[in-house]
Amino acid sequence: MTIAEMEKPNERGLQQVAANERLTFFGLTLPYLLMVTALIVIPVGWLFYLSFIGRDGSLSFENYERMMKSKAYIRIFLTTFKISILTTIICAAIGYPLAYFMSQLSRKWANICMIGVLIPFWTSLLVRTYAWLVLLQKKGLLNNMAIEMGLISEPIKIVHNTTGTLIGMVHIMLPFLILPLYANMRAIDKDTLKAASSLGATPTRAFWTVFFPLSLPGLLAGLLIVFVLCLGFYVTPAILGGGRVIMAAMKISSNIELYFSWGAASALGVVLLVVTGIILFIASKLVSMDQLGNR
Amino acid sequence: MKINILKSAIGCLTATGFLFSATASYAEDTLRIVSWGGAYQKGQSLGIFQPAAKAMGITVKEDTYGGISDVKLMVKSGADKFDIFSSGAGSCASGAAEGVLEKLDYSVIDVSNHLPGMYSDYCAGADIFSVVAAYNTDTYGEGKGPKTWADFYDVEKFPGTRAMRSKVDAQLETALLADGVPMDQVYKVLDSEEGIERALNKIRTIKPHIAVWWSSGAQHAQLMKDGEVDMTTGWNGRFDVAKEDGAKVAYDWQSGIMDWEGYGIPKGAKNKDLAMKYIAEMMKPKYMAEFAKYITYGPTNKKVYELGLMTDERARMMPSHPDNAKHQLTLSTEWYSKWRTIAAEMYTEMMTE
Repeated sequence: MTIAEMEKPNERGLQQVAANERLTFFGLTLPYLLMVTALIVIPVGWLFYLSFIGRDGSLSFENYERMMKSKAYIRIFLTTFKISILTTIICAAIGYPLAYFMSQLSRKWANICMIGVLIPFWTSLLVRTYAWLVLLQKKGLLNNMAIEMGLISEPIKIVHNTTGTLIGMVHIMLPFLILPLYANMRAIDKDTLKAASSLGATPTRAFWTVFFPLSLPGLLAGLLIVFVLCLGFYVTPAILGGGRVIMAAMKISSNIELYFSWGAASALGVVLLVVTGIILFIASKLVSMDQLGNR
Repeated sequence: MKINILKSAIGCLTATGFLFSATASYAEDTLRIVSWGGAYQKGQSLGIFQPAAKAMGITVKEDTYGGISDVKLMVKSGADKFDIFSSGAGSCASGAAEGVLEKLDYSVIDVSNHLPGMYSDYCAGADIFSVVAAYNTDTYGEGKGPKTWADFYDVEKFPGTRAMRSKVDAQLETALLADGVPMDQVYKVLDSEEGIERALNKIRTIKPHIAVWWSSGAQHAQLMKDGEVDMTTGWNGRFDVAKEDGAKVAYDWQSGIMDWEGYGIPKGAKNKDLAMKYIAEMMKPKYMAEFAKYITYGPTNKKVYELGLMTDERARMMPSHPDNAKHQLTLSTEWYSKWRTIAAEMYTEMMTE
């Protein structure tokens, strides 16, 4: 028996236990891994493959060449990212103060506020989108009221354009930001703020140096969910955009109808996936994603 | 929450693209037919589908669908969801070109009384509709709105907001007619990318005035009903239905572009023979006359007029009435099978500029 072995008598046994444990846990994740492979990896791989199949069924780059040739595709991608980023920013600007306010209320009142957030969330997306159309259109409720009150003389254009799309999308996306953010803020220990003020920090300073950094993981999770969901949005921009806001999902659907091949549509999906991956990669470099896991 | 997102994602998918439910019944005397929903299918159902089924003693189940692409995807993926679909002539022609349709047996289906050109090897014409320029009568006054496509494109004579279709179909023709191209030259001019570009340039001149690009008949009817735009391109029948509902809308036949709708059978349909017999039944004038009571889409079977199955007043509201038809351009399905994808991409490019 060497000295080293004498110093750590249980080393080998512990290693064995650890190895066994890893194996058990891996075994437990197997069903999930199989599910992910069957439901995500294989379909996405299939999507990649299809995007390289031409209309005549042979391997070709025609689906990608088409995107290079027509400026419309680039514009559609730009619109998609513009709308998604704007929606995410506006959601954060509205959602953060609201989640903060709710986190400061007593449980009872916070729950009542939460119902206010959740009820629209449970209502059909289509119903809410059409409701916005009724409210915002030229002779809609909002314009008519503003004219009767003498605020404006001519109806203003707030739907069938980017503005209308953003209003509708922010409304639909807001709960996705508020829910993780609120859960995170609730978990923040209020004593940390008390400690900050006992050390002489003003409330503003305590908020920015203590509360805000602690709420970042929730905020980032919310922003990520909202942004990614926005990229694939179809119904709301299609109805509230009035054909003037064309997003990737709409072009994907019209390409299926136009070319009758999955390839023409899946190439768009692939580009969207890759560009989103790149953006999220850059974002994760800028804002350390580790913060998400650390809490 | 993840489950919620997933659920809504799946919900969206099923709601937008694949509306049909897989009906389990494949009984010998049951047929499944799909159409466009709305006022149009209501008329078909009450006027044609159900009475014809009753006359034959069979059951016909109805559903809506998303157009010829659904037929193509269904046939190519080997699914079996419906036996007959209602489709525009151009879409049907493109389906035939892809080889996903059954050739119709005109020894079973009688089209000897059809108006010329209103049926094809793969599509049995059932009704005739028109794309017209509709205007708001509150804005311009009854009979004082834009009558021709030249008027529609004249923003000085007829100021106001416009709507056009978000798809290319029957839109380029309006631009060329407005640009002074004679009716019989329209498809000759469009037979090159330069010609298509000429039409697009004409649309570009009024683009700042186009407030909405519509995507469905229900939508353009709603746009007129709500006064959201002052004029729009669209299907005549939808405007007539909207007018009956109190919409301030009118149109003139001088702006008409005639097109027709018919029935086709997807390749490999289980009940192909029965479907053929059913289409034959639906071609009878009495059903077409009944259908035209619900929506102003004219019969393809000229017997309807000859037998006097329609009142003169109603007949005059149909796009295919001789007095109305003489002003109109007939949509060329050949042009669409040759140019549709190219023109559609160019159109989208113009829209996104």
